[in-house]
Amino acid sequence: MLLVLASLALILADQRWQWFGQLESRVAGAATPVYWLAALPGRVWDWGDDLFTNHAALREDNARLAARNLVLAGKVQKLAFLEAEIQRLRQLLNSSTLVGESVLIAELVAVSSDPQRQWVAVDKDASQGVYVGQPVIDAHGLVGQVVQVTPGYSRILLITDATHALPVQINRNGVRTIAEGTGRIDQLALRHVAATTDIVVGDLLVSSGLGGVFPAGYPVAVVTEITEDPGQPFLIVKARPSAQLDRSRHLLLVFRASEKPDA
Amino acid sequence: MPDSLARWLLPMLGSLFVALWLSALPMHDTWLWYRPAWPVLILVFWIILQPERIGLGLAWLLGLAQDLVAGTTPGQHALALTAVAFLALLLYQRLRMYSVWQQAGIVFLLVGIHQLIGHWVQNLTGVVAPNLKYLLPALTSALVWPLLAPWLRPMQRQLSQG
Repeated sequence: MLLVLASLALILADQRWQWFGQLESRVAGAATPVYWLAALPGRVWDWGDDLFTNHAALREDNARLAARNLVLAGKVQKLAFLEAEIQRLRQLLNSSTLVGESVLIAELVAVSSDPQRQWVAVDKDASQGVYVGQPVIDAHGLVGQVVQVTPGYSRILLITDATHALPVQINRNGVRTIAEGTGRIDQLALRHVAATTDIVVGDLLVSSGLGGVFPAGYPVAVVTEITEDPGQPFLIVKARPSAQLDRSRHLLLVFRASEKPDA
Repeated sequence: MPDSLARWLLPMLGSLFVALWLSALPMHDTWLWYRPAWPVLILVFWIILQPERIGLGLAWLLGLAQDLVAGTTPGQHALALTAVAFLALLLYQRLRMYSVWQQAGIVFLLVGIHQLIGHWVQNLTGVVAPNLKYLLPALTSALVWPLLAPWLRPMQRQLSQG
C-alpha cells in the first residue's frame, strides 16, 4: 500500500514540479549501461557487415557518394548569395534578421522500447552543450526536441509522440497550424484547420518558428490525407513526417549561432 | 553469507537485469507491440521460487529501474509491478500446484493487469492508446511462460538443498 502511494506520488511529482525532472535526469544516467548492452547486438551486426563488405561494393558506394556530393555542392553554390540577399531584404523591411545555425552530429544509442512512446536517446550530453528544449533534425527534416539531458546521453522526444505538438505553416501559402503527434511513428495530425483553409494533399509543412523552440523553415511533414466530415468543426488532416524517424542512425542537434558550443 | 549470496541473490539480480535488457532491446516498430513483458515474467518466476525472500519492495525498485530505462513517467512501471507482485504473492501456492498451461493462464492475467495499470498511468499523462494492441504482451508473455516454467522445479530443488 505504501509502495502504491509512493508510485502515485512519483507520478504526480513528475507532472507538477520542475525540480523533480532535474532530479530524475540525474538519476536516469544509470540507464546508460543497459542502453549500451541493448545496442550491442546491432553493433556486432554492423561490425560484421563492415568486415565482410567487399572491395567492389565499397568502390561502388564511393562513386555514388561522390556523385551525390557533386550534386549537393552544385545546389549549395548559390545558397550563400541567396542568404545574403534575404538578410538585405529583411533589413529593408525592418524585420529582424535571421540567425545562423550550427549543428552537432549525434549518434543514436537507444530508442523507446514502449510502442506507445516515441523517443530516442543520443550519445551527446551537457558536456557538449546539449540543453533541454534543443531542436533536433536529420538529413530530411525536423525530428524532435531534447527533453532530458543526463550524464552519458540525451533523450529526444520525437514530433510523432502523442504528447508533442509544434507550430508549423504550409510552405506554399504560409497558413499557420499546429502539428500534433499521434503516437504513430509515421503520422502527424493537424489541429484546428478550418474547412475553408487552402490546404491540399502533398503540401509541405515547415516549422514556423513560433513558440520559440524550433527555428523557422525546417521541413516537418507532407500532408497525406484530408477528410472533411460535416459533423466535425474542423478538417481532419494527416501528414507524414519528412524526417526518417524510424531509420536515422545519426541526428543533428541544432545550435543557434549565438549559443555555438566550443567543441 | 557468501554461500546463499551465490546461490540465489546473484542469479536473481542477474536474471532481472537480463529482463531489463530484453525489455530495452531495439526492435522493429511492428514487433514492438508483441514484446513479452520480461520483467513481469522473471519477477513472477522468482516469486514462485522464493516467495519468502522476494517482497514488494524489490518489485517496486525493479519497476523504477524499468521506468528509467523505458523513459516513462517515474512510477508507472513501479506501480504496475508492485500490483503484479502483490497478486503473485497471494497466488504463489496455487501457482506451484498448477500445470504449465494453467500457470500460463495466470501469467496472461497478471501481465494483462500490468499493461492495464501502465496504460492507465499513461492516460493520465496524456498518451492515449489508439487501440487495444497494448494488451498483446499479455498473450505473448503467456506463450513464453512454458519456456521458463520447466526451470522452476530443478531450481527449487537446488535451492532447498542448501
